[in-house]
Amino acid sequence: MNWLSNNWSTVLDLAGAHLIQSIVPVVVGLLISVPLARLATSRRWLRPVFVTGSSLLYTIPSLTLFVVLPLILGTGITSVVNVIVALTLYVIAILVRSCVDAFESLDRDVLQAATALGYKPVRRLFGVELPLAVPVMIAGLRVATVSNISMVSVGAVIGIQSLGTLFTDGLRRSIVSEIVVGIVATVLIAIVLDQLLRLLGHVLTRWQRTGTTTARERRRAGAARHASASGRDDRTGGGDPEGRDSVAGAPGGAGAVAAVEARGDRA
Amino acid sequence: MNLFSEAAQFLTDPANWSGATGIPQRLLEHVGYSVLTMGIALAIAVPLGLWVGHTRRGGGMIVGLAGALRSLPTLGLLTLFTLLMGLGLMPPILALVLLAIPPILSGTYSGVAAVSPALVDAARSMGMTEGQVLTRVEIPVALPVILGGIRNAALQVLATVTIVAYINLGGLGRYLIDGLAVRDYARMLASVVLVAVLALAADAVLALVQRLVTSPGLRLAGDRP
Repeated sequence: MNWLSNNWSTVLDLAGAHLIQSIVPVVVGLLISVPLARLATSRRWLRPVFVTGSSLLYTIPSLTLFVVLPLILGTGITSVVNVIVALTLYVIAILVRSCVDAFESLDRDVLQAATALGYKPVRRLFGVELPLAVPVMIAGLRVATVSNISMVSVGAVIGIQSLGTLFTDGLRRSIVSEIVVGIVATVLIAIVLDQLLRLLGHVLTRWQRTGTTTARERRRAGAARHASASGRDDRTGGGDPEGRDSVAGAPGGAGAVAAVEARGDRA
Repeated sequence: MNLFSEAAQFLTDPANWSGATGIPQRLLEHVGYSVLTMGIALAIAVPLGLWVGHTRRGGGMIVGLAGALRSLPTLGLLTLFTLLMGLGLMPPILALVLLAIPPILSGTYSGVAAVSPALVDAARSMGMTEGQVLTRVEIPVALPVILGGIRNAALQVLATVTIVAYINLGGLGRYLIDGLAVRDYARMLASVVLVAVLALAADAVLALVQRLVTSPGLRLAGDRP
């Protein structure tokens, strides 16, 4: 591990570049996916378009996008912008589908109750629909984030700087510890970000846990739980290729979450 | 756009369609590595997934294992194994196997574990042995999900085999790495387009297989592919 103490700052720089290339796509992808998914929920004909589109997009290998995007964007081949745009597209491919599922699984009674209570559409979206969709969205975000982190390193093959550079450089110079440091750093980043997202999901879904709350909050939590535990049976999963219905028998929201997690990532 | 037409020229040049560095040969290598990888990964992950799914014991371990394997960067394993074991076919194949295992494992496990317990109990009460329950009930019912996992793994492997060219092996990635070395952008473009076409074609074939082997009973049930 002498190598690490001599190259500390290089590793930190590359880890920073790696983080930017994996986190920016997740944030941008989320900001694009939620409105798209919401749109697909209200305009039903858009749903098959999005579902087919996202699975086609997901079939395109990341290296293909890394090489083709510079031609479209006018960027250099080693620019991190290519990676960020490519991974944003993958994040959208993952998230639009899980967000559509999340929005469609919302209990209509809850939505009607919210409207009856005087919630205008925008307030209902932010106050009721989005919070209820959080568990499924977090599951999708976790899959997207972890798969991004391992995909970013592939860019090193064509010279894009990230922790993957430690792999190509370590191979060229036959330094085993450089590669090991790269692997450990990549896995660490994946674990830390995954746990942060889990924590975020935990904080955002306080309504799922009862016991320390007032009676009014308990009632609200009950309604919310009911919302996430029903309405999964009306899905027409025909033709869905990715085993996303694998846990259709599991109760409610948990089923959707597990379905998202059951989908693989890629390099 | 000029580069696209240059890449198209590369792809249609008859000289690139024969010999040891021709597209058919590279395609064969690419598919060969992928099939070898998938064979090994299937031999490991399917029995393990079936066993855990059937006994319903150790499910948490499977989910944890798949998650841990998933976060390992394949390029890192590839270079590490190559440094430790030397140039050759097995180091990259080993790295690719580790890439292919998580989707197959979680697909197989979650598919079998999601089979309704009532169905399994009914099979047992009809006098089926545990082996019969697995092969006649659980596997047929879980097959679409299992194949979904396998399809996912195959796509990842086909895409990632591209980078084995980085350590002097063949495959369609050869054009990418060689093109990069001499700044021949058109050749790089041709390489990645070929890989994408291969991936799309393989996905279509696997989707068809998935549809064909789905038991008619499941299709009647209506809520599965």
